[in-house]
Amino acid sequence: MGNLTGLLFAGGLGFMLLAIAGGLDFGAPPMLIGSAIQAQAPAETGATNIVTSVVLGYRAIDTLGELSILFAAAASAGLVLGRRHTSAGTQTEGGFILRTGGGILFPLMMTIGFYIIFHGHLTPGGGFQGGVILAAAFFLPLLARPGAKLHHSTLSLIEGFAGASFILVGLLALAEGKAFLQPLLIQDTLGQLFSAGTLPLLYLAVGLKVGAELASLLSRLAQTEASQ
Amino acid sequence: MTTIELWIALTLALMMLSAAVMVLLVKNHIAAVAAASVVSLGLALLFVLMRAPDVAMTEAAVGVGLSSLILALALRRLGLWEVDGKTVKPNPLSLNREKRDG
Repeated sequence: MGNLTGLLFAGGLGFMLLAIAGGLDFGAPPMLIGSAIQAQAPAETGATNIVTSVVLGYRAIDTLGELSILFAAAASAGLVLGRRHTSAGTQTEGGFILRTGGGILFPLMMTIGFYIIFHGHLTPGGGFQGGVILAAAFFLPLLARPGAKLHHSTLSLIEGFAGASFILVGLLALAEGKAFLQPLLIQDTLGQLFSAGTLPLLYLAVGLKVGAELASLLSRLAQTEASQ
Repeated sequence: MTTIELWIALTLALMMLSAAVMVLLVKNHIAAVAAASVVSLGLALLFVLMRAPDVAMTEAAVGVGLSSLILALALRRLGLWEVDGKTVKPNPLSLNREKRDG
């Protein structure tokens, strides 16, 4: 019975997708906003990566919503996993290769993460991708030495500071007489590291917030053991 | 899209489909998590083929790395971390597992 229902559901979903896809011309988007943004974005926001100018310029309040969803998810996971077993004694240390490799990889991953965050307005990548890499970099030493503890209070401080500064940059635009989170233009050379006005600042805030949130979530998950 | 890219995309789609079926069929939980991350890896490569490097980076970082890591840690918390039928509780990536078991 359950299999039949599943088959019916999958068939209906496939039919619906086919019907929608049949009505669309492949490769000819019906929306005009894409080409309009592509034509205007580099001149308006100063970012060579058009995806960044959409994420932080044209749709910045969506990004703020995304950040708050991520915050709610991390906070609820922390609430569920809050009852922590201090079971560092039962966890064995990582082997020689993991410990040494973790030590070597940690600075490299930090460099790559910050590179991706700082170049978010120039090349593909940005705060979300770089933040995840930062979180992975902080999780690596934790795998090698399970007894080591991340400073959760420091992480929460970084996270709160980054989230507040994202909103502060938005309010700064409001104080300048523009719309909330509208990019403040400091007209610079297109393609320079210091260009695109406030967009790199926003992406730095996003990257720090995502990195701190995910690092603390991963360390909480790793430090709680099965309760049997 | 050139012919070579089309063939690469078809191969990737085949790999992703077989990995997705494997997630459903395989008995071992860890193997299922690994197969699910193979689906994400194929998707990330498809995004690269379709000239969407931003999305590809996000998929590679979140889909391949982070989500499978979270799933694996959740498996360990639930006590479902099994290697060869034995439940292994401590650190998943530790290399001296044999020493402790033997």
